[in-house]
Amino acid sequence: MTAELVRGQNHPLPGTRLEIRISAGKPIVAGATLGDDRGRVRGVEWVAHPGAPTLPGLEVSRQAAADHRLAVDLGALPGTVHRVSVLLALPTGGAGPVSFRALAAPFVAVTGLDGTEIAGYTITDLDAESAVVALELYRRQGAWKVRAVGQGYAGGLAEMLTDQGLPEARALAAAIDDAVAGGLARSVSAPPPRPADDARVRTATQDHAGPARTQPAPPPGPAPADPPATGGPVDYTHPGRQTTAPPPPAPAVPQARPGEPARPVAGDATGWSLEERLYNQVWGMFEDLARTTAAYRSAVDFADSRREQELDKVLDDPRSRIGGAGDAARERARAKHTDLVGQARAALDRDLAQLAAEADVVEPALPPAFAAWSSPVWHAYRAPMEIPMAVRLGDLHLPERTGLRIPMLVRLPLERGLWIDSGKALTNHVTDSAQLRRLAMDTAVAHAARLLAAYPAGEFQVHVIDPAGSATGALAPLVSAGVLAGPPASGAAGVAAVLAKLTQRVDLVQMAVRGGAADALPPDLDTAEQLLIVNDFPHGFDDRAVTQLRYLADEGPAVGVHLMMVADREDAAEYGPLLDPLWRALLRLTPVPDDHLADPWVGHTWTYDPPVFPPGSRILRQVLDRVATARRNGGR
Amino acid sequence: MTVNMTKGQAISLQKDDGGALSAVRMGLGWQAAPRRGLFGSRTREVDLDASAVLFADKQPVDVVFFRHLVSDDGSVRHTGDNVVGGVGQGGDDEAILVDLQRIPVHIDQIVFTVNSFTGQTFQEVQNAFCRLVDETNGQELARYTLDGGGQYTAQIMAKVHRAGTGWQMTAIGNPANGRTFQDLMPSILPHL
Repeated sequence: MTAELVRGQNHPLPGTRLEIRISAGKPIVAGATLGDDRGRVRGVEWVAHPGAPTLPGLEVSRQAAADHRLAVDLGALPGTVHRVSVLLALPTGGAGPVSFRALAAPFVAVTGLDGTEIAGYTITDLDAESAVVALELYRRQGAWKVRAVGQGYAGGLAEMLTDQGLPEARALAAAIDDAVAGGLARSVSAPPPRPADDARVRTATQDHAGPARTQPAPPPGPAPADPPATGGPVDYTHPGRQTTAPPPPAPAVPQARPGEPARPVAGDATGWSLEERLYNQVWGMFEDLARTTAAYRSAVDFADSRREQELDKVLDDPRSRIGGAGDAARERARAKHTDLVGQARAALDRDLAQLAAEADVVEPALPPAFAAWSSPVWHAYRAPMEIPMAVRLGDLHLPERTGLRIPMLVRLPLERGLWIDSGKALTNHVTDSAQLRRLAMDTAVAHAARLLAAYPAGEFQVHVIDPAGSATGALAPLVSAGVLAGPPASGAAGVAAVLAKLTQRVDLVQMAVRGGAADALPPDLDTAEQLLIVNDFPHGFDDRAVTQLRYLADEGPAVGVHLMMVADREDAAEYGPLLDPLWRALLRLTPVPDDHLADPWVGHTWTYDPPVFPPGSRILRQVLDRVATARRNGGR
Repeated sequence: MTVNMTKGQAISLQKDDGGALSAVRMGLGWQAAPRRGLFGSRTREVDLDASAVLFADKQPVDVVFFRHLVSDDGSVRHTGDNVVGGVGQGGDDEAILVDLQRIPVHIDQIVFTVNSFTGQTFQEVQNAFCRLVDETNGQELARYTLDGGGQYTAQIMAKVHRAGTGWQMTAIGNPANGRTFQDLMPSILPHL
C-alpha cells in the first residue's frame, strides 16, 4: 500500500534498491547529495548532479526534464553515508520560470524496481524558492527510511548546498547551472507544434507588414509602402491570412501494392506550400527515427536485464549446480535474449528501411536552403524572392544507422546565434589545433554562405571581425566574391567600430519597435538581417567589446542581428563565469562530427555532421558569385 | 459490429474480415452527475484522466498520461487532457491512440486506467464508458460501460495484450483509489 507522505513524515523502506520518480510538468534539475552521520556533505564528490551524474549507488539524469527517474542502490553507498537528500532545482539562465511558484506542485515517489510505489510526496506550498530538498533517505539503526522534507531555498542551489555544509557550495552550484545550461544548449529545439495562423503564410511583404505585430518583432522593413491598398485608413485584411488562392494540392501518394509498405513521396506532410510540407516531413522523419530507435533501445535494455536476472536466478538455485540443469537454464536465458533482440532489430530494420527510402526521395526534392551542398539544386541556384522557412545547418544521425542522415533544419529568422566550437573538447577531435581552427572558420564560412544565399538579394549582411587577420585564407571566398558588408575588421579600432555600429543598430531598432515608430528610423539604416562572424575571441577584445558582444547575443536576435562566434571556450576561461551567459545564448555547432545534440522528444544523443562541400567542388564560389550578381542587379 | 463487454470478458482484436488491426483508439467519455435541488445547473466539473501503462513482462516500461502524451517509442499517443468531460454526448472526451504494429517487441501488455484528478468519486460521474475503436475506419469494436458509481476515485478499465501473433482486449473494470496512475500501480499488478 502506498504511503502518501506529508511534510516531515517518514516511512520505512523495504529494500535498498529503489527508484525515485519525479514529475514536475516543466523541465527541472534533479540531483542528490550524500550526508555523513552529522548530516554534512563532505565534498563535491558527494553530490550527484547533471555535470557528474553517477556516484556509487546513485545515478541522476544529465539534463533538466519534466520527469526524472533516479536509480538508487542504498547498499552500494559508502558506509560513511547516512543520508541521501534528493533535491530539485529550476534551471537558471533560460527563459523558464525563476521560482516554483510558477509550477504545479512537483510529485516525488519512491518505488521498488518493479514500479510498486512505496511512498509518494507532493511538494505543496512552494513559493519564491528556486531549489528544494524533496526527500531524504536516511539510515536509522541499520535500516533505511524515507522522510518527506520539502525544504525550499529562495537562494537556489548555492544556498541549499551551503546549508548542507558544503565548503565549495557556490562554485558547485555554478558548475551545476553550467552543466544544465550546456544540456539545454545541446538540445535541438522542437519545431513550433502548430504554427499560429499568422505564421503559416510567409511572404516577404507580410514579414514586413508592421513592426508591432509579432514578438520577437522582425526588423521593420519598408513598411509605409507595403500595406495593401484598401482605400481607407483601416486595413480590414487579416494580417496573416492568404486570401488569393488555396494552397497547391499535396502530391498524390500512389496506392501501395498489397503486402508492401507505401512508397514514400517527397512533400508527404501538411503545409501551405511545398516548402512547408518538406520542412514538416523532415521534422517528421527526425521524430520517427528518434522514436523507433527508442523502441529498439528499450527492448534491448529489457532483454539484457531479463537475461541478467535469469542468470542470477540460476546461480542462486542450488539444484542447478549439479548436472546439466544449470547449463540448460543458462542456455535458455541466452536464447530468449537473442530471440527478443533479433525481433527488436527486425522491427528497427523495417522502420529504418522505410525512413531511408523516404530520405532517398526527400533529399533530392529539397530547395537550396534545405539541401546539402552536394545537391544538384545548388547548380541552378538563383537568389530567392522570399525568405525561406528554415535553413539546413548540417545533418544528424544515430549510431544504429550512421548512413541515415536527417537534415538539421532551423527556422529563419534565427532565434539565437551560432557558436562554431574550435576547442579541443570534441568527441572526434583533431589533434592539431591550428588545423581545427581553420576547419572551424571554413565551417563558419559555409554557414554564412548558405544564409547569404537563402535570403533575397541584399536582405542579409555579413560582417566579420578578425582582429589578427588569422582567418584571411578561410574568408577568401566571401571577400573575393564581394558579399561582405565591409572588409574583415582587424585591430582594436576595427573591432570597436564594427561592434559600435551593430550595437547602435540594435538600440535604434529596439527603440523604434517599442515606440511603434518604425518610420522614425534614420533613412540610411540598413534594414537587412545582420550576421557578425567573430574570429579569435577573446584575443584583441577589451572589456567594453566583451560587454557589447554579450549585449548583441542577448538583444540582437529579436531585432535581426545575429552572432556567429568561432571560438574555443577554454581560450576565454580567464573571464570566468562572466561569459557563461554568452555561450548559453548560442547554439553550439562543431567543425567536425560531434555527439552533442539532443532531440526534443526522447533526448537521444545525436551525432552532428557539419556541412561539407564535395571534394573539388566550386559550388561555394559559384553560389557566392550569383549572390553578388543578384545584389548588383537588385539595386540595394 | 460492437461488443458490449462485461467485466473480465476478453475479445480478440481482429477486423471483421479476419485481418489484423493496425491501430486502435481507446476512447473515454464521462459526464458530471447533475446536482439535485437548488442551483442544480451548477454542475461541478469532474476531471477524469485516462492513462496507459506499457508493461514488459510485468515491469512498467513507459506510461502515457497527461504529462507525457507520447510514449518514447511513439506507438501510444494521448490526444490531450480534458478537464471537464461531457463535451460530446457519446463522443470521446479523452482518447489514447495505439499503433499496434509499432509497439516495441518487448511490450506485451498495455493497461488503461482512469483517475479522478479532482478527487470526486465515481458517484459523481455518470454515463462513463470506455470503448475501443478501429482507428483506420472508425468502427467501434468494443464498449465497456462503467457500472453505477461507487466510493472510489479510479478504475482500471481494460488491458490490451499480446495473444499469439495478434492482440486481445480484456475488460477489467476494477475500482481503485488514486489521483494519478502512479497511485494505481499496486492495483494494476494483480491484473497482469
